[in-house]
Amino acid sequence: MTREFISGNDALAHGVRLASPKVISAYPITPQTTVVERLSEMAEDGSLDAEFIHVESEHSALSCAIGASAAGVRTFTATSSQGLLYMAECLPYAAGGRFPIVMMNANRSIALPWNIYGDQRDSLMLLDSGWIQAYVQDAQEGLDLALMSYRIAEHPEVSTPFMINMDGFHLTHTYEVVDVPDKESADRLIPPFRPVGCIDPGSPQNIGFSAGPEHNVFFKYKAHCGMLRARDVIKETEQAFSRIFGREYSGLTEGYRCEDADHVLITLGSISGLCRGAADAARAEGIRAGVLRIRYMRPFPAEETVAAVSGAKSIAVLEKDISFGGTGTVFANVGSALFSAGLNMRASNYIGGLGGRDISIGDVRKIFSDMAAGKTGVRFIGIEEGPE
Amino acid sequence: MSFSASSLSEDEFFYGHKACAGCGGSLAVRIALKVLGEKTVAVLPAGCMSAVGFNFPQLCFANNAIISTFAGTASMMTGIEAGLRARGIADYKVVGFAGDGGTADIGIQALSGAIDRGDDIIYICYDNEAYMNTGTQKSSLTPFGARTTTTPVKGNRRDKKDMFEIVAAHGIPYAATASVGYLNDYMRKVAKAAEVKGTKYIHVIAPCPTGWGAGSDETIELAKEAVDCGLWPLAEYENGEFSLSMRMKDPSLLDSHIRRQGRFKHLTSEGLEHIRELRDRRWDRIDKKWNVDQGRRTR
Amino acid sequence: MRPRLVEPPRFASPDDYPEGTSFEAGHLVTVNSGWRRVRPKIDGGKCTGCLQCYLYCPDGTMIKSGKSVTVDYDFCKGCGICARMCRAGAISMAEERA
Repeated sequence: MTREFISGNDALAHGVRLASPKVISAYPITPQTTVVERLSEMAEDGSLDAEFIHVESEHSALSCAIGASAAGVRTFTATSSQGLLYMAECLPYAAGGRFPIVMMNANRSIALPWNIYGDQRDSLMLLDSGWIQAYVQDAQEGLDLALMSYRIAEHPEVSTPFMINMDGFHLTHTYEVVDVPDKESADRLIPPFRPVGCIDPGSPQNIGFSAGPEHNVFFKYKAHCGMLRARDVIKETEQAFSRIFGREYSGLTEGYRCEDADHVLITLGSISGLCRGAADAARAEGIRAGVLRIRYMRPFPAEETVAAVSGAKSIAVLEKDISFGGTGTVFANVGSALFSAGLNMRASNYIGGLGGRDISIGDVRKIFSDMAAGKTGVRFIGIEEGPE
Repeated sequence: MSFSASSLSEDEFFYGHKACAGCGGSLAVRIALKVLGEKTVAVLPAGCMSAVGFNFPQLCFANNAIISTFAGTASMMTGIEAGLRARGIADYKVVGFAGDGGTADIGIQALSGAIDRGDDIIYICYDNEAYMNTGTQKSSLTPFGARTTTTPVKGNRRDKKDMFEIVAAHGIPYAATASVGYLNDYMRKVAKAAEVKGTKYIHVIAPCPTGWGAGSDETIELAKEAVDCGLWPLAEYENGEFSLSMRMKDPSLLDSHIRRQGRFKHLTSEGLEHIRELRDRRWDRIDKKWNVDQGRRTR
Repeated sequence: MRPRLVEPPRFASPDDYPEGTSFEAGHLVTVNSGWRRVRPKIDGGKCTGCLQCYLYCPDGTMIKSGKSVTVDYDFCKGCGICARMCRAGAISMAEERA
C-alpha cells in the first residue's frame, strides 16, 4: 500500500488498474477525461495489462465494452453528462445482456444551457437503465468502489453492469490523501472473471437475441432479481474488503445521527460531509437532526431508508437533480419506499447544486430549520419563491 | 484459396431463419460464413438478418453470433476482437453483417472509427438499398429513382452514396464490392479478406425481392444484371490501388433491368436517362482513377 | 454442422430461462415449410451435379448428396431460385398441395 495525494479521478484510475480489466474503451469528456488519460498511460507504460481502445464516440465506447464483455473479459469505460446520454441506448443493452461492465460517470450538468460542472441529472435520468448505481463521497471511496464494483458486478448471482458516480470537479478534480492498495491485496478481493454465456469456442452461443411477448418478461424479471441479489453481495463484498484493507463501508446507505433524529436529511454524493456538519450545527441549536447518505440508488435501499427514518417527524431529500414538472428523482424513490412501508411523515425536496452551483452549510442548516418549522414541498436552493 | 460450389464446406451456419423467400441478404451471410468457417464470430446489428435469425428460442446461427447495437456494429466487433485476443483465442475471426442503413447511415461513424484504428475485423455490408426490415424506407444507399415508403411518389431524388470509395479513402488494407449474383467472385473476396491483417470491408449487393418489387426467384438474376449493366461495378481496393474484378458486360441491359423492378415502375424516361448518366459518369471516374487493366469494360 | 431442429424446451418458470440473453447456438424449434406455395422437384436423370442450386439457395436447403442434391423440405421456402439457377433444367417448381 502507498499513501498518495491525488485527485478523485486518479484514485479511481488506480482502483481500475488494481482490478486489471483487459479492455478499456473510452471517449474523452470533461470532467471524466483525466481518468482515461491515466488509464491510457498505464496501458502504454505496462503497469496495466490492458488494451486501451480509442473509440470515436461514447456509443461506441459502450458498444465496444459490451463486445469485449461478450468475448469473456473484464472491461472498463468512463463518461459523463452528454456522453452518458449519447451512449444511453447501450446502457439497458448491457444490463439486459447481463454484461458486468464497470463504468465511471463523472456527474455533470446536462445541456441546455451548456455547463461542465457537477450535478446528478445525467445519471439519475438513467436510473431505470438496469445498472447498479453507486454514488461516492470522496476519492478514497472512489478507489475502493472501483475495486469492489468488479466483485459485485461479476458475481454470478448478480451479473449486472455497475456505474460508479463521482461528482464532477467536487470529487473528480479535488486532491486528497488516498491509500492506494497493493496489487496482491487487490487480487485477494477480486477473483478472476468467470463469465457465463459468453462467446465460447467449445460451445457456440447466440447472444443478444430478441424475445417475443411470451418470453420477454422472464428476462426482465431475472435482471430485476439479479439486481435485488446485489444487495447481499454488496454487504458480503464490503465485509471481505474490510478484512483485507481494514476500511469499513456500510452497505447501501450510511446513516449519521439518525437513531434519535426528528428530522432526517437524505442526500447522496460529495455534499454529504457538509450535510453532516450542518446536522451537528442544527443539533447545537436544539434541532435533533440526522443525515442519511444514499450510497446506492440501484438497487434502491428501501429497507435501509425506512429503518433509518421510521422514528423521524420529517424527512427532506437534498439532491442535484430535478425532473421538470415532478420532483427530484431521489425524492420520488424515497417517497415510494416510505409510502409502501406505511410511513407518512412530512416530506420536502430541496433541489440544489444544479450546474455546479455551490451549496453552503448555511443552505443546509436552513433546510433543517425549515423541516423543524414544518415546511414541505419542492424548493430550489437559492431561489426564494417556491415553484408555482 | 479458391472456392466453388463443389469445394465449399457443407456446413451451414445460417439456417432455419425467417428471412423472406429469395432473400439476397441471407445468401450473403450464408455464403460468407461457409467460407470463413466455424471459428468465426458473427456480429449483426438491428436489421433484417438479426431480426430473422435471433428470435429466442429459434436461434439460427450455428457459430458464435451476437446482435450489436444498431450504430455500434463495428465498435462491438472491435471489442470482441480485443476480448478474444486478451483471452488468447488467436484463431478466430470477427465478421460483421450490416445492412445499407446500418452501414452507410447510422453505423458509418463506428465503421470509420474501426478502420481508423486498423482493427482486425471483416465488415460486410449487405446492401438491399433501403430499410427493408422496417418495410422499405429510403437509406443513403437507395438508388436514384427507387420508390420507397418514404419516397413514395417521385422516388428517391439522390444517387447512392459511394461507400466503397468512402471506405477506401480511409486507406483501408482491403475493400471490395461484390454481388450475390456472382458468388464465386464474392467467395474469393471473403477468403481474401480473411487473409489480410487489419480492417476489411466488403460491400455486397443483395437484392430484396420484397422491397424491389420482384419475384422471389429473381434475386440472383437482378444481382447479376446490376453488375452486367454497369450499375454495380465489381472491384477491389488493395495496397492503395483500385482494380476492377469484372468488366461491364452489356450497358444496354440497363433499361430492362430497371423496368422489371416494381420500385422503378413509376420512373419516367427522363428518370431512366438520369440513371444512365449517373452510371456513365461513374465509369468515367473509374476509367480515370482505377487500374482497369485486368477488367477493361466493354462499351 | 448446421443448426438443429429440437423439441421446443419447456419455458414455464424463470428457472427455465438462461440468466442473460445467451443461448445454445443453432437451436431451431420451428420449421419454415408452411411458407411454401410451390416446392422444387429434382429430376435426377437430368441433374448434372453442377451444384448451382446448392450454391445459390438463400436458405441452404439444397443438401449435397454425392453428385446430386436433396432438398430439406422442413426449411425450403419455395423461392424458386434453385430452379432458375439450374443449367440442366432438372428442377421444376410444383404446386404445394394443401
